Amino acid sequence: MSVTSENAAAGNAANGKNIVLHAADVIKNFGGLRALSDIDLQIEEGKTHAIIGPNGAGKSTLLNVIIGRIAPTSGAVVFDGTVLTGKAPHEINQLGISRVFQTPEIFADLSVLHNVMAPAFARRDGSFRLNMFRTTAREAAIREEAESLLNDFGMWDRRDDHSGALSRGDKRRLELCMCLIQHPRLLLLDEPTAGMSRHDTNTTIELLKKIKLRGMTKVIIEHDMHVVFSLADKISVLAQGRIIASGLPQDIKEDPRVQEAYLGGAAE
Amino acid sequence: MFHLSRKDQIKLAIFALVVVTMPIWLAPLGAAYPGLMQKFAIYAIFAIGFNILFGLTGYLSFGHAAFLGVGSYTAVWSFKLLTMDIVPALIFSTLLAGVFALVIGFFSLRRTGIYFSILTLAFAQMCYSLAYSVLTPITNGETGLLLARNDPRVIDEALGAGTVGGAGLPTPALLGNTVSGYFGFYICAALLILAFFISQKIFASPFGLALRGIKSNQTRMIYTGFNIRPYMLAAFVISGMFAGLAGGLLSVTDPIAGAERMRWTESGNIVLMTILGGVGTLIGPVIGAWVIEYFENIFSAINKNMLNAAFDFLPDGVQNLAVTVLSKFVGEGWHLTLGLLFVLIVVFLPGGLVEGYLKLVARFRRGRGTKPEAGGK
Repeated sequence: MSVTSENAAAGNAANGKNIVLHAADVIKNFGGLRALSDIDLQIEEGKTHAIIGPNGAGKSTLLNVIIGRIAPTSGAVVFDGTVLTGKAPHEINQLGISRVFQTPEIFADLSVLHNVMAPAFARRDGSFRLNMFRTTAREAAIREEAESLLNDFGMWDRRDDHSGALSRGDKRRLELCMCLIQHPRLLLLDEPTAGMSRHDTNTTIELLKKIKLRGMTKVIIEHDMHVVFSLADKISVLAQGRIIASGLPQDIKEDPRVQEAYLGGAAE
Repeated sequence: MFHLSRKDQIKLAIFALVVVTMPIWLAPLGAAYPGLMQKFAIYAIFAIGFNILFGLTGYLSFGHAAFLGVGSYTAVWSFKLLTMDIVPALIFSTLLAGVFALVIGFFSLRRTGIYFSILTLAFAQMCYSLAYSVLTPITNGETGLLLARNDPRVIDEALGAGTVGGAGLPTPALLGNTVSGYFGFYICAALLILAFFISQKIFASPFGLALRGIKSNQTRMIYTGFNIRPYMLAAFVISGMFAGLAGGLLSVTDPIAGAERMRWTESGNIVLMTILGGVGTLIGPVIGAWVIEYFENIFSAINKNMLNAAFDFLPDGVQNLAVTVLSKFVGEGWHLTLGLLFVLIVVFLPGGLVEGYLKLVARFRRGRGTKPEAGGK
């Protein structure tokens, strides 16, 4: 394990790759239970990095440590030169990290268009601004950007609908729009296709590929292998709180330790 | 800064017209006297402010009476110490209520939901008790804070303007014109229209959008980069300042300030007004305030004699029965009627009277759509 991460670090240094996020020696204990041990994870700029692993491997804990929802017992997460440990979630977002949740978190009481405009205001105005005397509808730049994004995602004609009434797949698309309008430097996706039909899953994969074309860095947590191998440039395998392998999709597929721990030796 | 959407402009124009013509359309309802219409306007301002907090963010404050009380006391003190002119009185009422809201909000907003409500209630009750006990030098306790002839009134003194009102107690004035009767009402009405306009601006602004976001999904707000605490505090302070202005106006129209304005029943009243009219709508809280003020002042004044007169056309036995039954619901029993109305609305129209109106409109439109000839009649 440590060999793998050292190799990765050496490789990055050699290629001059830009590391956006680095989780260094992260340990997380819940009481006596060790959820994460000695995690060393580096996310390269512009790449889609998948974190896979069986249930209970610590994937969600790792994601929550990255976004500051859970403080690690030791170790640190560094994003673009800034230590994230101890920062509030809104501060971490303001640094350029947006998150898609397992169950879409949207503003169900607001219109689709307002759902997309609100995050744009957070990006433009920072975490707080008493913007009382301007009119939302007259913020032309933000409105146009939101509408064109909705158009790209095939939701423009639903922009005035109540977003609570959208289908699960549409809610996911809306949530992606809400993250993308912030132009995040890093997009975190927590099982973006969980509970979706095969059709919706494929649509979502297509959407995420579109984002990939825009060169956005993404971390995706997933256990659907179809999704992972369709999207990932790099895969890290988590088992029992440790990263047991990290590498290109092809290498991961063939790694015997991975097959044993996760694919059950049955893959291929 | 003063821009409104076309729809909002029309709403504002209609609203202003309705408010200004109150003396005309309230006359058949028996409520067209200035003292009552002033209250209609003042409580509507209070409700509009409360709705900016409760309607947009969903945080239910049970302590807004504290700000009403602070506003009242401040205005009377401004009359006593500075001048009988109402402009400084209203400015100080609004600002001081804002300061109180800042302090109370700072602590109360550390909690959400029921705990937030309880904290605001606790703070308001604290203010109420203090006003009756240790703060008596400032509040004059149970008697209430009154004007006196020998108050310093340094500004009036310096300007050499003799106190308006001659031999009796001085009366509040606007630039030398005594504020009373219809003049008092139109001042309140102008401020009500201004309050409605500010509320429209907030509803349509990015700030208002953020407040709605807080009501809708706090998790998403945080992970979208909004810092919720200052947004909530700003909403709390703004709504506290509306309450302060309302309190100041109560003192302007009747320069006595008593602690009873800070009682929890007063806080509860504003919650009822907002829910009755329609939480989170622009006009709902105003309508709620008017309905409740109407009940409190007109319905409560109906007595058996008036009922007897109204049912004079019925045969004796039926008349007696009708009067006996109905008398339980009017006069002293107005609380019963209001309570029943409130229960009916919360159960059948959770969106308040505004929702009821919208449902009626929708039904009427649908009816017209299917049977055009029926609509033509």
